[in-house]
Amino acid sequence: MITYSKQPHPREYRLIFKNVDREGWDPSIDCYLRDGGYEDLKKAISMQPKDITEEVKKSGLRGRGGAGFPTGMKWTFIPPNNTKPVYLICNGDESEPGTFKDRYVLHQDPHQLIEGMVISCFAVGAHTAYIYLREEFPEAARIVERALDEAKAANFLGKNILGSGFDLEIHVHRGAGAYICGEETGLIESLEGKRPYPRIKPPYFPAALGLYMCPTIVNNVESLCHVKHIIRMGGDEYAKLGVPRNTGTRIVGVSGDVKKPGYFEIEVGKLTMRELIHDLCGGPKDGREIKAVIPGGSSSKILRSDEVFKLKNPDGSERELAFWDIPLDFDTLAACGSMAGSGGVIVIDDSRKMSWVLNNLNAFYAHESCGQCTPCREGSTWMRKISDRLVAGDASPEDIDTLESVAYQIDGRTICAFGEASSWPVEAIIAKFRDELIKDTSPQNAGKAHHSEAEAQRRYLAESSR
Amino acid sequence: MIESNLDNLVASPETPGTKHFPPFVDSPQLHAEADKRVAQFPDDQKRSAVLPILHYIQHHHGFISAEAIDWIAGRLGIEPVKVLEVVTFYPGFRQSAPGKFHVRVCRTLSCAMGGSYELMEKLCELTGIDRSSCDSHHHPVAVSPCGTWSVEFAECLASCGTAPVCMVNDDFHEAVVPERAEPLLNAYQA
Repeated sequence: MITYSKQPHPREYRLIFKNVDREGWDPSIDCYLRDGGYEDLKKAISMQPKDITEEVKKSGLRGRGGAGFPTGMKWTFIPPNNTKPVYLICNGDESEPGTFKDRYVLHQDPHQLIEGMVISCFAVGAHTAYIYLREEFPEAARIVERALDEAKAANFLGKNILGSGFDLEIHVHRGAGAYICGEETGLIESLEGKRPYPRIKPPYFPAALGLYMCPTIVNNVESLCHVKHIIRMGGDEYAKLGVPRNTGTRIVGVSGDVKKPGYFEIEVGKLTMRELIHDLCGGPKDGREIKAVIPGGSSSKILRSDEVFKLKNPDGSERELAFWDIPLDFDTLAACGSMAGSGGVIVIDDSRKMSWVLNNLNAFYAHESCGQCTPCREGSTWMRKISDRLVAGDASPEDIDTLESVAYQIDGRTICAFGEASSWPVEAIIAKFRDELIKDTSPQNAGKAHHSEAEAQRRYLAESSR
Repeated sequence: MIESNLDNLVASPETPGTKHFPPFVDSPQLHAEADKRVAQFPDDQKRSAVLPILHYIQHHHGFISAEAIDWIAGRLGIEPVKVLEVVTFYPGFRQSAPGKFHVRVCRTLSCAMGGSYELMEKLCELTGIDRSSCDSHHHPVAVSPCGTWSVEFAECLASCGTAPVCMVNDDFHEAVVPERAEPLLNAYQA
């Protein structure tokens, strides 16, 4: 019987977070082995690598980092006639605002990740792997490095793992505080010691050309942990968790204006927005009403709590779905015009001004744009400047239109998905809260100079036209 | 002499925090660390070790000086500008000394909703730090006059459920509401 220092909610299904907040648990290998650790690796290493990939495909596992791409499918993109070394990278850059899940695995259960990684490396034929951690996780880096040493001493890593003839080295690599390193080709550039400018696509997947121009698989921490459980349960059995096409469990982190924010591991699609926010998180704070929710990390499009969506049934007919009844899976959230993303749910109540929320996000994206593509580098800063004016009360109603047009000029015009990440929040907030934003503007601000240089220019033009 | 832009790019202006950090030196420990990190990558990809070596140097010397950039470039066999471009890109690297205790407060949405701007104000009030000349891009760090403290707004520290959060050097602190600013600082000063 497992007991927890912080009891999971009865609606949770703990797979990845089985050992998070578990009483008597520590991140050492002894503790992990006492709990049956590395048994799944022993099973996997007796299998054919292609059979492991097959199980992962059967499981229907979709990447937990943000895009939700099928993990097993990603693995098959390594060119079949490849003769170069294959690399596997664990993306532990966890930097999407609203997301806080990998931290707990890294701190409390590093061996689960290592076991999942060794199995995955064996499946794809990688002999070197890197765990890319964000710089703001120094403690996690120490814990994981210690765990890697322990695993190596026990021959779960290193040469001839468990007598199988398979060699693998895993190294920890720390980033340096840049959001863009979560983008897989940016991460690869960073690992190569360069500025992390994302690479031009195609190739769409670094499985074709990745680290050092070799085939590279990049998977999220949570996705790699799932691999271990897929091997234990079998792909078909794992696929029974969740709902069709949206299988397994996933960790949802709720933050913002709820009574009990926190992390919950749930079966994908088995809970609705109402159940998550009201039952698991205790609902809105006293006397408050929930106004909007950002469902999958700050880049996902915001949803109003009073929205009703028109969705298509498989037979072509239409049905209506109210916000509170949205099941938390990949496909329904996408059909509602947003995304499940990284599982970071930010709840916003009626005490918040949307202009302030928008400005906070714009400041984030303006700071984190890598600067490679002009629409994003300039656009993200313009968006921040306009929303700065909005919160300062210096904006005119036309500024909202300008802001919207800037956002639509970034979206789809950049090398990586950061363009969408930075413009989607703006597009959605303007589309859904335009009236509220307009209230923060004044027609008298139209044509005002917002900078001393602009003011000088305005005067010069006025004088010269006289 | 005309001051060149190049000099400015690698300059490390003195701050009140400088006295808390030993200047960069070429030491056996540094060599050992560099050797260990270079060995984690293929032989023809030494450049990959630039981040870990920079982390080591910043951890021990507080910031990345021109001498450190030259040293790394020499060790990895790349042009110094290849090191500099990395240093200037990442918010995680500094080119001048922070305070002895560097506080990074998360500024992003969930923490801002939880009161991180108020926390920052409180920290500045307690430490006598003036953030008025700070800008998030070029001068994110502000150091106290005594050099003991410095503050910086960080973007999402990935603990949104326990907002507001901050880091003091390598230590992570959760649920640091503004009222907890004083006990937090006291714990370090003792």
